[in-house]
Amino acid sequence: MIGSGPPAIDIRGPEPSGSRWRDLTSEQGARGALIAAASTVVVVSAALWWILTSETWPAVQQQFFNPENFAESWPAIVGGFWLDVRMFLVAEVAILVLALLLAVVRALRGPAFFPLRALTVVYIDLMRGIPIILLILLLGFGIPALDLPGVPRSRMFWGLTALVLSYSAYTAEVYRAGIESVHESQRMSARALGLTQWQALRHVLVPQAVRNVVPALLNGFVSLQKDVALVYILGIREAVREAQIYNARTFNYTGYVVAAVLFLLVSVPVARFTDWYSERDRRRKRAG
Amino acid sequence: MTATPKLEMRRVSKAFDRNPVLVDVDLTVAEHDVVCLIGSSGSGKSTLLKCVDLLVPIDRGQIVLDGRVITARGVDADAVRHSLGIVFQAFNLFPHMTVLDNITLSPRRVHGVDRDEAEQRARTLLDRFGLAEKEAEYPDRLSGGQQQRVAIVRALATQPAVMLLDEITSALDPELVAEVLNVVRRLKSDGMTMVIATHEMGFAREVADRVCFLDGGRILEQGPPEAIFTAPQEERTRRFLQRIIEAGRM
Repeated sequence: MIGSGPPAIDIRGPEPSGSRWRDLTSEQGARGALIAAASTVVVVSAALWWILTSETWPAVQQQFFNPENFAESWPAIVGGFWLDVRMFLVAEVAILVLALLLAVVRALRGPAFFPLRALTVVYIDLMRGIPIILLILLLGFGIPALDLPGVPRSRMFWGLTALVLSYSAYTAEVYRAGIESVHESQRMSARALGLTQWQALRHVLVPQAVRNVVPALLNGFVSLQKDVALVYILGIREAVREAQIYNARTFNYTGYVVAAVLFLLVSVPVARFTDWYSERDRRRKRAG
Repeated sequence: MTATPKLEMRRVSKAFDRNPVLVDVDLTVAEHDVVCLIGSSGSGKSTLLKCVDLLVPIDRGQIVLDGRVITARGVDADAVRHSLGIVFQAFNLFPHMTVLDNITLSPRRVHGVDRDEAEQRARTLLDRFGLAEKEAEYPDRLSGGQQQRVAIVRALATQPAVMLLDEITSALDPELVAEVLNVVRRLKSDGMTMVIATHEMGFAREVADRVCFLDGGRILEQGPPEAIFTAPQEERTRRFLQRIIEAGRM
C-alpha cells in the first residue's frame, strides 16, 4: 500500500454536551419557542394553583416563606453569605494551583520521578477517599486543639484547608484527564524541538489541557461554592450557620430558604455560563 | 577526502514487544548528503528516524552524530536534539500558538535567543518559504501544505545540523505536495544534510544522493538512485518497485 492516509489526529478530546437551554428551544425555531413558552406557562400556572389552593399551604408558607421572618433573618444571613463567597474565592484559587501542581507531577515521565508520582497518587487516593465533612472535623477541631506553637489556631483556616485538600485531589484528576486528552504527538514534537519534559508540559501540554477542561473546572466551582457551607459545623458564622441560629431562636425555617436563595443566585449563573462556554467552544471546533 | 560522516548508525536494532522493527541497520550519511529511505509501510523507515532523534530508545547498536555516540548512557538527549530537526507526517504544530510562536518557542526557551532576535530570524525563514503573511495565523487557519511548511521552518529555526523528514507529504492532498517538496529542494541546494523517509519515488530519485530500500526492518539494498530504481539487485526491491509502477506512482 502506497501513500496510505495519515492517522486521524484529534487533539481536542470529546465534545462537551450542548447547552440545555438551546436543546429546549432550538429544535424548530420560532414556532418551537412559542410552543415551549405556552406549555411552560400552562404547567407552571397549574402547579402554582395546585400548591396555593391546597389546605396545607398556609402552614407551609408560615414556616418557609414568611415575609416577616424573611425580612428579619435576611441581614445576618447575607452577611454570612458574604463570608461564604470570600472563603470560596480563597479556597478556589488555592485548589486550582495545588491541583495543577499535582497533575503536572503525575504527568512527569521517567524512573527518576517515580517517588514524586507515587506520592501524588497516594495523596489523591487518600483525599478522595475521606468524606469532606470528616476532614473538616479532623482538621478544624483537631489541629487547633493540639495547640502547637507556630501553627494557626483558626478553625476557619483549617476548615478551608480541609476543603482545599479534598477538592485539589478531584481537580487534579480533571487536569490529568485534560493533559491525557492532548495527543501524544504534541509531546513528541515538543521534545523533538529540544524542550525538556517540564518545558513541554508548561508551554505545550498544559495550555491545551486547561482549555479542554474549562467546563469541568467550572462545574467544580459550582460544587465548591456550595460545599464551603460545610464549615458551618466548626461554628463559623457563614450563611447556613446564621440560618440555623435564626431557626433555633424562632422555630421558623424561612432563614434556610433565604440561604438557599442566596446560593442559587450564584450557582445558577455559573451553571449557565458553563453551558454557554461549552457551546461556544463546540461551535468553534466545528468551524475550525 | 571523506572526513568523519555526519551521521552514522552501527548495527542498530529495535523491537517493539519482540516484533523486530529495525534489524542490524548500518547507515552512513556524509555532510550535505541527502539519503532517502523507501519501502512499504511498516518497513521501519519512521522508527529509524525517531531512533536517530532519540525519541525512541534503541535496543542494540550505536548512533553516532558528528563523531559522538549519542546513544551512550549519560548523553543528554535534549542537548542532542538541539542539532537535529525532525518533521512529521501529521505536521504536529501547536494549535494554541500562532505560526510565529510555534517557530520561536524552541529558539527562545531552549536556545535562549531573545524574543526580538528569534522573531527576526523566524520572519526571515517564513519569508524565504513564502509564508510571510501567515505569521499571526493559528495553524487551523492554514492549508495542509502551509502547515507542513511551517513545521519545516519550525525545525529549521533551531539551526539543526541534520534534518529528518518523516513522510512529510503523506498527509497532504495531492495538489499540495509540490509546495512542500519545493521547500525540500531548497534545503538540498543549501547543502542541508537530510534523511528522508518518503513514498514519493520520483522525488526520491530526483533529490537523493543515495536511496535505501528497507524491508522488514533491514536495509536490504542501497545505492545511487539510478542504480536502485533502474537496476535493483534484490528480488524484494524489484517487486516493491513493480507495485509502485502498477499503482501509477512512478
